[in-house]
Amino acid sequence: MRSSPSVRPKGLFEYGMWLFTRLSGLTLLLFGAVSLGAAFVLGGRTELDMPAMFRWIFFPNPNHVINSNIPDVEQGWSNTFWQIYSMAMIFLAAGHAFNGLRMVLEDYITRPLLVKLVRTALVVLWLGGLVVAVFVILAS
Amino acid sequence: MTLNRRVSVRSGLRYKGRLGMANWLLHRITGLGILLFVGIHVVMGFLGQRYADNTAFTVNAIYQSWAFQLFVYFSVLFHATNGARLAVMDLFPGLIRFERELIWLQWLIFIPTYGLPSFIMIQNTLTGA
Repeated sequence: MRSSPSVRPKGLFEYGMWLFTRLSGLTLLLFGAVSLGAAFVLGGRTELDMPAMFRWIFFPNPNHVINSNIPDVEQGWSNTFWQIYSMAMIFLAAGHAFNGLRMVLEDYITRPLLVKLVRTALVVLWLGGLVVAVFVILAS
Repeated sequence: MTLNRRVSVRSGLRYKGRLGMANWLLHRITGLGILLFVGIHVVMGFLGQRYADNTAFTVNAIYQSWAFQLFVYFSVLFHATNGARLAVMDLFPGLIRFERELIWLQWLIFIPTYGLPSFIMIQNTLTGA
């Protein structure tokens, strides 16, 4: 059935990103579960609808969940622990997402110059996104 | 072997991918969908908070509607369950033998985890709760 015995890609960079995608994916599941659990414990158990849950799962930051009904949202969340937690999460998620986008695009783009341009654009978007995320986390 | 293009619509649409191909395709589509959703959400959040832009509030209202949430929840949960299966299979290659069973397990987790909240959301919408 299987055409190649190994699914692991060749080359150090590709292998590193292959491994990173798997490990960051599993870690992000853990992060999401902890964020949602903490939102329940810290007063949101009966206050969360689906959009509010997604806001906590993806980005547990007081500035991000301003629309939810959670009482005293600043008190439990505006501290260094959740700032570091959010940053770790954003760094893993951004790497996972932009590498995934790169892999999908490079399945369809074959011209070397275009590949180079796409990679440059993705690096700019990725780093820009990280700067914005760090700014938002530190400002709130 | 050449590709025969003179086939009926029915046979052209028939699934000929092997085990996991539909999952592979859905994994890509949902992954790109999540990235697109989050990207637009970040830009609109910036426009809304900085400039109180009306487009941003409209997009936010669409994002928070129950119909769109069903769509987002499907994407996120499918990408999560399928991705977890892939990661476990790739990190422990001995489990590739049980791919079919793992796909069953994946859907066994997905269906109640997706179905119950969706049912509640639709019920709340219909009854106006």
